[in-house]
Amino acid sequence: MSEVVKKFMYLNRKAPYGTIYAWEALEVVLIGAAFDQDVSVVFLDDGVYQLTKGQDTKGIGMKNFSPTYRTLGDYEVKKIYVDRASMEARGITQEDLVEIAWEDFETEEEIDNIVEVIDSARVSELMNDSDAIFSF
Amino acid sequence: MSDTIEVDGKQYAVDEEGYLANLNEWVEGIAGVMAKQDNLELTEEHWDIIRFLREYYEEYQIAPAVRVLTKAVGKKLGKEKGNSKYLYSLFPYGPAKQACRFAGLPKPTGCV
Repeated sequence: MSEVVKKFMYLNRKAPYGTIYAWEALEVVLIGAAFDQDVSVVFLDDGVYQLTKGQDTKGIGMKNFSPTYRTLGDYEVKKIYVDRASMEARGITQEDLVEIAWEDFETEEEIDNIVEVIDSARVSELMNDSDAIFSF
Repeated sequence: MSDTIEVDGKQYAVDEEGYLANLNEWVEGIAGVMAKQDNLELTEEHWDIIRFLREYYEEYQIAPAVRVLTKAVGKKLGKEKGNSKYLYSLFPYGPAKQACRFAGLPKPTGCV
């Protein structure tokens, strides 16, 4: 295993259904989590819909994978950011988004919700800090 | 995708790695037959993990990777069970992969 920890950013810009991007991105994040890198996941543009609560996919015959986002904490992916401007443009508030909890099994330290709403300047800053950006 | 497994006179489709093709078809007997193929006798301790995985899938829509499973088992069933030594003693072919197969779930997400 390489000792060099890289900063990976996964950028989600598309609505959860209609294309396979959102689900594929989530799978890549969960699989990549095994490699112990410094991972952040950012939801931008229509990507903010991926985290909305109460998704119902019965009418479109697709698997509703929105509950899977709540496992990100279990997979030790702790940096989850949502772009505020994208939310505001779509009339979404943090109330509308799922909460993702994280717990340290050893110390029992717990965070109820690791989803963080950030402004565009912070998004740019995080992008600049990343070694690799995977855009979906 | 022509592989099948026979349980109580009924045929169930499985994929090339032996995972059940349709998780909604799962019945408890499937776990027993798969275990026998792996030379395992299922005990109540195995069933705790198999049921736990089915509940986990029900809630999160994925089969967890082994280290996620280990952590979650420790939280739910007690710390003495949330370690890989215990889980490997039950499922020698890998607790996530083998137990998920018995539970009728797909191959775990994040097991590489």
